Amino acid sequence: MLQLNQIHKTFYPNTPDERQALVDVNQQLDVGDFVTIIGSNGAGKSTLLNTLAGTIIPDEGDVWIDGNNVTGFPEQKRARYIGRVFQDPMSGTAPGMTIEENMMISLGRTKRRSLFRGVSKQLRERFQEHLSTLEIGLEDRLNTKVGLLSGGERQALSLLMATFTEPKILLLDEHTAALDPSKEELILKLTRELVEKHNLTTVMVTHQMEQAIDFGNRLWMMDEGKIIFEANGADKDRLTVADLLQNFQDIRGKKMASDRALLAK
Amino acid sequence: MVSALYGAVESGLIYAIMALGVYISFRLLDFPDLTVDGSFVTGGAVTSVMIVGGVDPFTATLAGAISGFFAGCITGILHTKGNINPLLSGILMMIALYSINLRIMGQPNIPLLNENTLFTTISGWWEAMNLEAIFMAPFNWLGIADFAPRSFYTLMSLLVVIIIVKKLMDFFLRTEAGVTLRATGDNAKMVRSFSANTSLYIVIGMGISNMLVAFSGAMIVQHNGFADINLGVGMIIIGLASVIIGEVLFGKDKIVRMTLAVVLGAIIYRIIYSLALRVDFLEASDMKLITAIIVVVALVFPNWLGHSNAKSQYKKSKARATEKKGEIHLASTKSNS
Ligand SMILES: Nc1ncnc2c1ncn2[C@@H]1O[C@H](COP(=O)(O)OP(=O)(O)OP(=O)(O)O)[C@@H](O)[C@H]1O
Ligand SMILES: [Mg+2]
Repeated sequence: MLQLNQIHKTFYPNTPDERQALVDVNQQLDVGDFVTIIGSNGAGKSTLLNTLAGTIIPDEGDVWIDGNNVTGFPEQKRARYIGRVFQDPMSGTAPGMTIEENMMISLGRTKRRSLFRGVSKQLRERFQEHLSTLEIGLEDRLNTKVGLLSGGERQALSLLMATFTEPKILLLDEHTAALDPSKEELILKLTRELVEKHNLTTVMVTHQMEQAIDFGNRLWMMDEGKIIFEANGADKDRLTVADLLQNFQDIRGKKMASDRALLAK
Repeated sequence: MVSALYGAVESGLIYAIMALGVYISFRLLDFPDLTVDGSFVTGGAVTSVMIVGGVDPFTATLAGAISGFFAGCITGILHTKGNINPLLSGILMMIALYSINLRIMGQPNIPLLNENTLFTTISGWWEAMNLEAIFMAPFNWLGIADFAPRSFYTLMSLLVVIIIVKKLMDFFLRTEAGVTLRATGDNAKMVRSFSANTSLYIVIGMGISNMLVAFSGAMIVQHNGFADINLGVGMIIIGLASVIIGEVLFGKDKIVRMTLAVVLGAIIYRIIYSLALRVDFLEASDMKLITAIIVVVALVFPNWLGHSNAKSQYKKSKARATEKKGEIHLASTKSNS
């Protein structure tokens, strides 16, 4: 489904600010794989997701999605395959437009946008059906401006919009980090449900080790642009937070630098 | 007085088309577009040259509008492909169009008084169907013939035009493509993440905006009976004033209401204009100053009144979100130490 071949990315090469954000990343995901990524600040997690999404083009290496080499595709072309939820709840929705209109935009991800078609009754019912699965009452507020929703509600909507058209890959970059704990729980629960419902191949970055262990069937640990540790299937299920910290120390010879990673509840 | 009022409504209806164009660029695409000052004249120039050349006025008007579409697209391309800031792209295009307009016209002024224009043609049909008497009847019956306009045909035909334009716009802005265009000005990052080419939407949107502006210019020259190279000076501010007056007085969230508000805003602007001209110590040339003051007041007052639309609310909630993140960071450093 997803293949990363020898991906390299250096920011500001040959200057004092040079920063190797990705170093020789080789990975492959199968259909339905759910990988969680952890790592300290600046490890390259977001850069990796951005290379998948096409907002960053790697210096070397190529990206394959569903048998297509998408390395040279601009972001909007790649988005045909990809659903994304951003960290900032404000990023994933258009605030000045209604819930219904936002849903309509997300519907266009997989096909040409029509110059003649608006929202039909059937479409509205389909939107409501999907919105009702969030169980936060958005289905009754189709004509509410999204800018008036709370951060949690907006993030739930973003998640729905990114998933209900069944992308080949779902990218989640700390999509709960800006929310308070109760809202975070809601979004995590919805993430689990929606990924399962649509059997989505998912890449999720998180700062909480427990989440990383709890979710998905695979785990990558990143540091200084490399994937330094990975665990799959049954191995991953047996992991504990202590194991991860120990692993990190063994491999890197230093303590996990991330402050937030230790905040795992 | 009465005839001045009808005159104001007539030109208000024509300027309303321009204001709808400005609404698309300024409000929907969040693109303060100064091309308007140039493309308004381009529409008028192309149309009047063609009319003088004997082309039928409908074709000439259509050609004028299309010329504006291309001008707008170029501004959009300057911004999206050339990475030039929106304001500068518009200014560059406005300056370039000044020369181009002069080339098209061949002289700074083209009289159309004895030509066959949209209005003379419609007036011909109108007389053939004897509609004037029908519209005049209720005024005569009520004994208020003095309050009737000099003639109905201009007013009625302009009303039909503006209704058609508004309906088409309402329809388009609610289609999949139209909704995406509006979202492009709202959150381009999000629109790209849903596989829409925002550059293309900006270019086409700017094209449509300036097409409406040029269409308005094409009508104005026929209404005035002449085209002039300086017809467009300050047009963007007139457009803005109309949009803002409309929003403040009649604005509602729904797009159908917004387009109506813009049309009414344009008419009210023209009425204010004609009233101001009747004040003794004011000259016609003072009108630009008055327009600028109207825009400033309209921009500043809503803020003072604590008026908040979804956009400012969005900014507020964004500020709140960053505050919150700051707190989390603080908390995490504390728990570490
Ligand atoms: N657009 C960019 N330009 C320059 N440097 C960048 C850019 N994006 C990321 N970097 C640098 O690349 C490195 C990896 O950044 P990245 O954002 O991928 O880290 P991360 O693992 O997501 O960290 P965090 O946990 O803080 O989100 C950092 O040193 C960062 O400063
Ligand atoms: Mg990151």
